[in-house]
Amino acid sequence: MWFAGENAESEWFEVLGEVTADTMKHRLPRLESGTYPSVWSRLLIVAVGVLGLNYIVWRWFHSVNWLVWWIAVPLVLAETYSVIDSMLFQTTMWRRLRRAPPPPPPEGATADIFITTFNEPVEMVMATAEAAQRVSYPHSTWILDDGDRDELAAAATQCGVGYLTRSAHWEDKPRHAKAGNLNNALYQTEGEYILVLDADQVPEPQILDRTLGYFRDPEMALVQTPQYFHNVPFSDPLGSQAPLFYGPIQQGKDGWNAAYFCGTNAVLRREALMQLGIRGYVAAVEEGVRRALYLADKMLKSARREASASRQEVIDALDKVRTAVHDARREIRENRSLADITYEFQRRVDEAARVVVDADVSSMTADLNVIASLGEGREPFEAMMLFDDDALQTMAQRDWSPLGALRSIRAMMDAVDVDRPDEALPTLPMATFSVTEDMATSMQLHASGWKSAYHDEILAQGLAPDDVRTMLAQRLRWAQGTVQVMLRENPLLQRGLSIGQRLMYWATMWSYLAGFAAVAYIAAPAVYLIFGVIPVKAYSWDFFGRLVPFLLLNQFMFMIFSRGRPTWRGQQYSLALFPVWIKACYSAFMNVAFDRPLGFLVTSKVRQGREGIPWRLVKWQLFAMVFLVLASVIGIVQLYFGRAVSVLGVGVNVFWVIVDLIVLSVVFQAIRYRGHGEDESATEEER
Amino acid sequence: MTTFPTRITESGAAVISPTGRITMVTAPQLRADLYALVDGGNTRVVVDFGAVEFIDSSGLSALISGLKHARLAGGDLRISAPNHQVTTILEATTLSRVVGIHETPEAAFPDHV
Repeated sequence: MWFAGENAESEWFEVLGEVTADTMKHRLPRLESGTYPSVWSRLLIVAVGVLGLNYIVWRWFHSVNWLVWWIAVPLVLAETYSVIDSMLFQTTMWRRLRRAPPPPPPEGATADIFITTFNEPVEMVMATAEAAQRVSYPHSTWILDDGDRDELAAAATQCGVGYLTRSAHWEDKPRHAKAGNLNNALYQTEGEYILVLDADQVPEPQILDRTLGYFRDPEMALVQTPQYFHNVPFSDPLGSQAPLFYGPIQQGKDGWNAAYFCGTNAVLRREALMQLGIRGYVAAVEEGVRRALYLADKMLKSARREASASRQEVIDALDKVRTAVHDARREIRENRSLADITYEFQRRVDEAARVVVDADVSSMTADLNVIASLGEGREPFEAMMLFDDDALQTMAQRDWSPLGALRSIRAMMDAVDVDRPDEALPTLPMATFSVTEDMATSMQLHASGWKSAYHDEILAQGLAPDDVRTMLAQRLRWAQGTVQVMLRENPLLQRGLSIGQRLMYWATMWSYLAGFAAVAYIAAPAVYLIFGVIPVKAYSWDFFGRLVPFLLLNQFMFMIFSRGRPTWRGQQYSLALFPVWIKACYSAFMNVAFDRPLGFLVTSKVRQGREGIPWRLVKWQLFAMVFLVLASVIGIVQLYFGRAVSVLGVGVNVFWVIVDLIVLSVVFQAIRYRGHGEDESATEEER
Repeated sequence: MTTFPTRITESGAAVISPTGRITMVTAPQLRADLYALVDGGNTRVVVDFGAVEFIDSSGLSALISGLKHARLAGGDLRISAPNHQVTTILEATTLSRVVGIHETPEAAFPDHV
């Protein structure tokens, strides 16, 4: 068993033959104490890297059968994807940090436990809340009920647990799901450290004692512990456990100071989150000013056209303001203080307006009324309308009287300056632009210089989805969120992140592109077997001599670093869920590029209805399997009649087909799974 | 009346001088004081950090609240004489991009309106 309860402790002390992080510091022990991979492990990493590069470079330059580029190129691209994936894994493992147990909690540290819920059953939430109350380190427990249920409120009061729902500020404002729920609670509580738990994650009493010690480092913002599910059988048919991720991978990211927040079972430093909120506020203000200036420029352009026949001083005033707009935009690009930029800008607008102050007051009022009406009953000039493209279009297309335009610009700048009336809270600590608020938040924390730690010990146990439908919805949501972050805030381009941190975030995102590679891996052998089309120049010694050692050593590296943790299920699912990954990439792209909705659902922790076997959910996998079997039959028949290209070719491709089928076959287990506690025979009877 | 001492500069700006640590405990007082000043007609406010040792995110939130309130009333909120810790956090949170920082309270609003 991999799970860390008993096991991890002994692993932590296993220092033999490993490089220690505490390199001869005499006075203060370094806080990141623990062990990094041994020289031998690192040699293995280098060897796999060299073999992978050797193979893929040779593939591109010497073996692509360009005559059949339509299959040859997708295949070599898929292989390149896999080699890069392996290299990212190697980079992760290079600095795998197995931390020594942390010191005791900082003196006098105060803590809150947040239990987030939306629609989970009251009994489930209360079981978690009661366990949270039993956590031994002094703390306050809070239930954050986004479902606003009286029944839960009563149960919470009865057992003396805090109960929070959204404050009145949130009415008619974007709610931002779980991130919004957490943000709301941050404003109503005051513990220095916050343990975040999903409604089903029952904590161990020692959870805070074991994790708060990391915060003795004043730069530490986050301590993540594993997610472990107690309702999953050993065979884990739905691939719920993530022993490779909550283990070697997070430890590797940790070594690069990039262990990230997974939404639950983590402790956060309040101050770090609040500071993040302030940064977000400043960024939003800057964006508001930027947009206001853009709009001002458009308005001035049309005002200038209309003013061509009017008095010279009006034209001069407009030109002066336009110069001011251009100066302000340049200064924003130069990162000058927004306060100074807007102050100076307002001054120049006033100065210009004073010259023509007696002019056409009535048209000015008319223009102002138009702007006011765009707010639809709300106060005029709210920043909201600046973020609304329709309003922006309407305003820019209207013909403006010169002075009206000046007044409007002035009022608009005042509004966007500091106010954010479009959000319920002035500062939003948790990132709200992605459905996976957790990863986005930790990326921003890292980018502003905070540290994180991964503590490899199971300190809370939860419930995994019990049926394939919920499981698929959950994976889709994670993948969509991750791809969304990748497209919106590409980690490779984030200022403030180190190279290692960029690669670590990128590695997670990269893994969700696996769906496209899977299609090529399924199509290539089938195309050969059916049409005799061979995407590589030859199945030669050169080919196998490069590929086989790489594959074998790559698997060996995997085994060494996972140390007996079951990883096969994870490998299967990363290929077998290819339709989910592709759908996630597509919908996230449409969402980011064209603002289409994602179709986001909250993962249900309760069992879904039990109709027959849901074949439809895995139709693409079934289709792929039928296709592969047919292709093999065709290939073998052609070989029998002497029409195939070569025995070796058919042999190799049938072998790949078998590998594909074994991997894909995981979906049969998945759709037949009827939840933990009901054994296989019950399932058989039900059929 | 405000909790922290206030005075008016020659140019007519209000200066408020909080002391010690501005944290979750004292931030609400600072916020209330800033509101009181603005509501009392002093829309140009300088928060003098000369005697402030430390500020955390709650203190910064109070500043943002005050800044919002002052600007909506047609004025501004500026900061003077922050120590090293205050400057560091203002820069770490990029809040220094929005709030003007000056060496002395007098330098924050040098001119009469």
